[in-house]
Amino acid sequence: MSDITSQSLFELTSNIKEKKLSSEEITKAFISRAEKSKKLNVYVTDNFEKAIDQSKKFDSNPNLDSKLPGIPIAVKDLFCTNGVRTTAGSKILNNFVPTYESTVTQNLWSQGAILLGKLNCDEFAMGSSNETSFFGNVQNPVGENLVPGGSSGGSSAAVAANLTPVTIGTDTGGSIRQPASFTGTVGLKPTYGSCSRYGIVAFASSLDQAGPMTKNVRDCSMLLEVISSFDQKDSTSIDYKRNYYSKELSKDIKGKKIGIPKEYRVDNMPDEIEQLWKNGISYAKDCGAEIIDISLPHTNYALPTYYIVAPAEASSNLARYDGVKYGFRSPGQNLIEMYEKTRSEGFGDEVKRRIMIGTYVLSSGYYDAYYLKAQKVRQLIKKDFDDAFSKVDAILTPSTPSSAFKIGEKTNDPVSMYLNDIFTVPINLAGLPGISIPAGKDKNNYPLGLQVIGKPFDEQNILNISYALEDKINFKNDISDWWLSE
Amino acid sequence: MSIDLKTVKHISKLARISIDDEKANKLKGDLNNIFEFIEKLNELNTDNVQALTSIAETTLRFRKDEIKSENIREKILKNSPEENKDFFVVPKVVE
Repeated sequence: MSDITSQSLFELTSNIKEKKLSSEEITKAFISRAEKSKKLNVYVTDNFEKAIDQSKKFDSNPNLDSKLPGIPIAVKDLFCTNGVRTTAGSKILNNFVPTYESTVTQNLWSQGAILLGKLNCDEFAMGSSNETSFFGNVQNPVGENLVPGGSSGGSSAAVAANLTPVTIGTDTGGSIRQPASFTGTVGLKPTYGSCSRYGIVAFASSLDQAGPMTKNVRDCSMLLEVISSFDQKDSTSIDYKRNYYSKELSKDIKGKKIGIPKEYRVDNMPDEIEQLWKNGISYAKDCGAEIIDISLPHTNYALPTYYIVAPAEASSNLARYDGVKYGFRSPGQNLIEMYEKTRSEGFGDEVKRRIMIGTYVLSSGYYDAYYLKAQKVRQLIKKDFDDAFSKVDAILTPSTPSSAFKIGEKTNDPVSMYLNDIFTVPINLAGLPGISIPAGKDKNNYPLGLQVIGKPFDEQNILNISYALEDKINFKNDISDWWLSE
Repeated sequence: MSIDLKTVKHISKLARISIDDEKANKLKGDLNNIFEFIEKLNELNTDNVQALTSIAETTLRFRKDEIKSENIREKILKNSPEENKDFFVVPKVVE
């Protein structure tokens, strides 16, 4: 049997069900590796002691019919966990201990999983490199001083470094898919309305979705099956029949029509990414898929639209952090001064920047010029996809315009940081499902990802296409464990 | 269009985030770069386009108006920044 922490969710689950491994053995293996991996800075808060107790409890009376039997899982620190500190990577929530549980994490525990701890992320999920976290940046296990992507950077790094078998992240403009691409892992953003947003610290409510981040496509289908559910507590949760994703997983994609959008061939895209895309196309052909050239004419307008809509929603959502009911408070002479000081000291620079953008575009006299304009362009972007999906079953693109960059390389230039999400943002604006799978490496040996985009609620189809491509690509991450200490 | 220092300070007031002059100047630069990038949307004529208001094309559900939670007063007050078992405490508002 291979080393416990390098096993996939599928292997660990089988080993528990066949009683070859106990939950306690597995839990302790991940904890022991985490203790030697502090250099990566993936954890904001660990739950190790309680996790061991829970694993023993599981072993004493194991429910082997559950879908995640005794499996320890660390999650992004954006999910509220009852009794376990939840910070969203922010000073303003530094001392916040929720008294309730998010629906998606509750779904994990209901299927037998055990909370290992809370993973680092960009502050309020605003960032593409995990550098905006109050708790410091995360190291990408792929190479030293490399960002793990963001905002789910602690999550992507933890999966790639074998510190959790799988995890869940959130994706507002690419925050699952871009870090997955940067770390050689799989990340899926489901259709808007598939996973409940209840108990997730809100960033931009019309774009936010939780989703699985895993070592491979099969694990991704297993985890999606658990976290996707209809929930009365989220007014935008959609009541539809969800697939049995892992059971229906198939490499047979013969006859599937896959669209290639010409607008994703952006200026200055490295040749390696162009080549990666071509390889993906030829693998899809080998699997019997039909390749069709398509056009998504408003692609170039997606990022400017996103940088109006997302900050506008964020400025409204983050109005609740005022130092009154919970979280950090800075005292003031009067109520207004207390608000202003609390928010000034409690939020980091990127979060303040986005609140300011959002406040401005929603302010009197500017609403029509910016916010309303953006909502109109968003309609055009959505229509591009509607038109494309009348001709094709799925769309194949690169996940990101580059591989992982160095820590500090883009921190002084917000716009160049935003450009990282050029291929992922349109999918959130249109509410579609998208998955990033590792597809190759660049000249520095850093991973690169391909993205498969599907019709609403067609997660099964993009999982199947990814499963077929994954088999042909046969990606190996070859991470050297350079960060381990004794 | 460019955003001047006065506008930056006005927005910070609206957003209830106090900023000093140095930060305000830095923010002015950042915001101007970001808005220059956003202005690209003006290339598009959207006169006859209906604004998107909901990405999930469903109508909001109705539910019965019932009390479901137990007494959660203690839970709600648990994370209160200043200790007081019955209320949230803020600086004096009424003189």
